[in-house]
Amino acid sequence: MEPAVLLEGITKRFPGVVANDQVNLRVEAGEIHAICGENGAGKSTLMKILYGMQPPDEGHMFVNGEEVHFSSPKDAIARGIGMVHQHFMLADNFTVLENVVLGSEPEKHGSIDFDAARQRILELGEKYGLTIDPDRVTDELEVGERQRVEIIKVLFRGGQILILDEPTAVLVPQEVEELFANIRGLKAEGHTIIFIDHKLDEVLEISDSITVLRRGRTVATVKPEDVSARDLAELMVGSELPTPTVEESTVTDVPVLELDAVEVLDDGRNVVHSTTFTIHKGEIVGVAGVEGNGQSELVEAILGLREVEVGKISLNGEDITHTSVRHRREDGMGYIPEDRHRRGLLLPATLWENDMLGHQSMEPFVRNGFWVDRAAARAHTRKVIEEYDVRTPGVDVPALALSGGNQQKLIVGREMSVPLSVLIAAHPTRGIDVGAQAAVWDELRRARREGLAVLLVSADLDELIGLSDRLFVMLRGRIVAELDPEEVDARQLGAYMTGAATAEAAS
Amino acid sequence: MIRRLGYSVAAPVASLLLALVFGAIVLQLTGADPWTAFANVWEFGTRLETLVDTLNRGTALYLSGVAVAIGFKMNLFNIGVEGQYILAAIVAAEVGAKVGNLPPVIHVTVILLTAMTVGALWSGLAGVLKAYRNVNEVISTIMLNAIGVAGLVAFLLKKWDVPDALLDTKTQEIPRSGWMPSLTWVPELFTRDIAKELYGFLAIAVVVGILYHVLLNKTRIGYDLRATGWNPFAARAGGVDPKRTIILAMLLSGAVAGLVGLGDLLGKDHAYSLRFIQQRGFNGIAVALLGRNHPVGIAIGAFIFGWLEASGGVLQVKGDAPAEIVTILKGVIVLAAVIAYAVVERKRQAFETAAAAAAVAEKEPAVVVAPVGDGTEAGK
Repeated sequence: MEPAVLLEGITKRFPGVVANDQVNLRVEAGEIHAICGENGAGKSTLMKILYGMQPPDEGHMFVNGEEVHFSSPKDAIARGIGMVHQHFMLADNFTVLENVVLGSEPEKHGSIDFDAARQRILELGEKYGLTIDPDRVTDELEVGERQRVEIIKVLFRGGQILILDEPTAVLVPQEVEELFANIRGLKAEGHTIIFIDHKLDEVLEISDSITVLRRGRTVATVKPEDVSARDLAELMVGSELPTPTVEESTVTDVPVLELDAVEVLDDGRNVVHSTTFTIHKGEIVGVAGVEGNGQSELVEAILGLREVEVGKISLNGEDITHTSVRHRREDGMGYIPEDRHRRGLLLPATLWENDMLGHQSMEPFVRNGFWVDRAAARAHTRKVIEEYDVRTPGVDVPALALSGGNQQKLIVGREMSVPLSVLIAAHPTRGIDVGAQAAVWDELRRARREGLAVLLVSADLDELIGLSDRLFVMLRGRIVAELDPEEVDARQLGAYMTGAATAEAAS
Repeated sequence: MIRRLGYSVAAPVASLLLALVFGAIVLQLTGADPWTAFANVWEFGTRLETLVDTLNRGTALYLSGVAVAIGFKMNLFNIGVEGQYILAAIVAAEVGAKVGNLPPVIHVTVILLTAMTVGALWSGLAGVLKAYRNVNEVISTIMLNAIGVAGLVAFLLKKWDVPDALLDTKTQEIPRSGWMPSLTWVPELFTRDIAKELYGFLAIAVVVGILYHVLLNKTRIGYDLRATGWNPFAARAGGVDPKRTIILAMLLSGAVAGLVGLGDLLGKDHAYSLRFIQQRGFNGIAVALLGRNHPVGIAIGAFIFGWLEASGGVLQVKGDAPAEIVTILKGVIVLAAVIAYAVVERKRQAFETAAAAAAVAEKEPAVVVAPVGDGTEAGK
């Protein structure tokens, strides 16, 4: 039988970089084929080529045995290829139905035939276990449900070959299982799944074949039964995979950041309920939780971006509940934002101007709190680039020219290269490759040794368990459990996050 | 380096050429011979008197452009420069007249400060509305223009009107100590006598331009302003207070706007009258766009606009075409500039990204099966 997808010698060059170098990929019809590799290994580029978003410079593509040349995703869709992007592309104010038909509206007498479309969606849901109410507004949907809408959207367009780009990155373990059940359902109906992931146990669990990319090249295609997670990791990075582990405890009894019955409102709705905890010098406190359960709001309140309605926040014994962000930063609060493009960087500005951000009232960046000291700021940035291994041609390039991992390293370096007493780290390793991830972990551990108090909010459960001294779980704006990271595993943590397990049940 | 310079020159040159071509087509359509018309404009436009007139007009347009650019730098669209400068001019004229004779430097300073304060307050109103009530500044400044020009200024002019022999509606004349000396002697050092006064106010515009550059690029306030313009969310997380920055930017913008009309007031008219030149606030928006908010760029934009205004009138006098051709040309220049800048900017970003990627790749070739990932996300 012809393979569903056959890529031969695909090469894609960007100025100065070869993203894909003679990549070969053979995906059999009806299989689940995982593509593994670090960020920057060329997975995304390869999938963009297959989905017609970018043309390859060299090489041949065959779909179901026929050679194809895609000039846009339209051509790929016409061949039955569909893609679910990592960042969902849904209009929030549309219903599920409207989102699904968007771009391929069934027509009847010149207007959109919503009834027929609704019928199709219900049928598809029935057939593949992708149940969802077509008339709900997308805004109200959970992450897992949104993903289902994206998958339905692909199927609605007649997709036979589905590309899923890191579909589990945004899901908790329970949702991952549902997704896997859906994927198996799709396979049973004869669909071919190409699945991009770098969580190795998931890859081993779901796939029939695994292709590993490293630095733009195909390293190997293996069967899951022949390899261990460790083997895969070594294929991916070419060396041992680093793991986040804490060394001996450095926790002291000196409180640094204290929250006392803090409540935060959003549009009059309580998003953080009476929350009390203390972070001590030399301690990393982890916060686990499904996204949207108040972690972001809590972080914003601590930083001063959001008004604290009730309660008190103290930093080194000083009441900072109603002080400005700048005041808190001058008092030694650092912040690694969850979304580096939105909250972390001035993309069109140079690296040294980005390095100043948050420190623009402090030495050495300004003199007398007013005059920008360009030379000193640039020297500081050069130091950050050196120490945190930011790969860049210089300090005068705009931040948008750097890759994601390097942007993140710049932010981490910026925040941690000034004297700090507490660091608020929200998803500090999201979307960066293994090498950069290990570097960030090292920095957090080093800072902890030196007596920094760290609040670590993350969706990466291994990271939380591996780095934290104490672990909180947030659910619907409350801390519902305090756990000892040495005694929980990711599965148990997931259960707490979804409310399936409770603190009472555990004790 | 040369390539970077090329990127900054390409857009304005392209837009000027486009405007000339388009202007020629319009002239042709109106039945005039474009070559004769252009030749007439060029002949008249290169006379020393016209050039002095250009500088006088350019001074006002420059200040207006800087006022708008301060807002632009943080994505605030101050459409209200028009209202701010006219209101500031009439109040400054009245105050300057009423304080009587003062030592010259002090008198002029009083008038400048009055105008800047009025401009700042009028614009600050929009700033406060934006900061505390989230009222879009485009809407509020347009409204304030209407209230200011059609309402307040008309009312004040009637109130402060002093009857004179010519039955002109104007405020009381500012005493001589409040006039600004002409600078005509400077160009006259190099050439013949010029039958037109060059406003001394040009010097003030130069100072404002330098201050604008220093404030924006050398101070924390300027950094906060630009950071907010680049990314308000990141700026806020970086400790920039958005409310304070919005109000500050509007106050600064309004203060500069207050100066726009003073060149005419202190150099020629010495009183506010019905004939006071309007529309400069709106032209300032175009000048700022053309100059990319850069202190020198705005100066070039102001000169081009000032020259078109000063020399375009000849079209009508010579009977080649209606003077409105000039308005069309101004519009085409701005439109072409905005498009050309967007295109050039995209090219420049691609160039920078490629340069960064190439520099990283040089340090460490991208395609090497090496032990650890290098973090270059080529595909992203």
